[in-house]
Amino acid sequence: MSAKIKEAVQTLLAQGKIKGFLGLREENGHILPHLFCDHKEMDSLSLGDDRKPGDARYPLNQILTQLAIAYPEHTFAVLVRGCDERGLKELFKWKQLKEEKVILIGLGCPDELAKACECEKPFPDSLVDGPKGEKVDSQKVARVNGMDLDARLQFWTAEFDRCIKCLGCRNVCPMCFCKECTLEEANLVDTGEVPPANPTFHLVRALHMVGRCIDCGLCEEACPADIPLRTLYKKVADIVCEEFGYKTGFSVDEKSPFNIIEVK
Amino acid sequence: MEFRTVLTTCPYCGCGCGLLLEVLDGKLIGTLPSKTSPVNEGKLCVKGWTVHEFVSSSNRLTQPLVRNGASLEESSWQEALDLAAKRLKEIKERYGPDSIGVLTSAKCTNEENYLLQKFARAALGTNNVDHCARL
Repeated sequence: MSAKIKEAVQTLLAQGKIKGFLGLREENGHILPHLFCDHKEMDSLSLGDDRKPGDARYPLNQILTQLAIAYPEHTFAVLVRGCDERGLKELFKWKQLKEEKVILIGLGCPDELAKACECEKPFPDSLVDGPKGEKVDSQKVARVNGMDLDARLQFWTAEFDRCIKCLGCRNVCPMCFCKECTLEEANLVDTGEVPPANPTFHLVRALHMVGRCIDCGLCEEACPADIPLRTLYKKVADIVCEEFGYKTGFSVDEKSPFNIIEVK
Repeated sequence: MEFRTVLTTCPYCGCGCGLLLEVLDGKLIGTLPSKTSPVNEGKLCVKGWTVHEFVSSSNRLTQPLVRNGASLEESSWQEALDLAAKRLKEIKERYGPDSIGVLTSAKCTNEENYLLQKFARAALGTNNVDHCARL
């Protein structure tokens, strides 16, 4: 619980500036996403820390997108960590959410979480509470980069081999907003096959993370087969940065090279 | 306007994964795996991820259907149960109790499964009890 976040949200609710605050609440020892519409509910606020910092995070931006579709006229506040804020910046660019209808309530991540995530920027610009942590370089990507191509292919095919095609990586992804998904397109992947084609299935998804993935890591947390998806998509983000000079989710006014929509 | 998530247990198999049903204004709009469930720790299989889809499906049965030749006809519970009892009795008398078997289900409670095996053994007189997971 954070007194600063609670107070910030209560003020917004009292002033009528927001219809609700999308965050997390604690109930009977569980942590669940919840839309707080009444300031009296705020005592049950949770920041998503169960046994470890940030181990009960949920795709709040994905829920926010659904709320905005149902209630386009309303303004909502949302709990964001550094990754969630990067996600919102891209969702604004991709016209999935209107920037003027979203108020960010920022939470900085502690070092323990930033290290576990190997996070590039473990705090949002809209920081309300929590630390302004340091960038952590990815050892996991460095380890894969250190392999020669044969070893790398062997590594990834062995990892993908455990896939049971639950589609959890896509379902939980706050950046997967397409109405039609390539992973369900029979002309591109064998839709009736379990396990999915290796490595095609995962490389198709990895390609679709280009300019989308903001490294929240929810996919890896949702994977029942413990496939290191985050390492894969971090590598994708590195390639995007090297080839296009674009860092996904780091600016609001820079046009995405993968989007024809001009910003501002 | 009301959006909340409701913690519940996956109805598919017997693992008992914890999941959250996303409810917007009384309608189910999605499923998320529960991060705080000790059973599945934030993970689900493809069936668990899609449980919200069948709850309000128009394909769900709302009343018993009785087969009449090639077609299925809607009937009352009384009529359907009477017919089932009558035919089970006839089959048991004519071919013996081991001509009948029952299939229990992971979607039922333990108690319901107990009742069905009791019915099979005590009422029908057969040990032919199997489970939907082997269908």
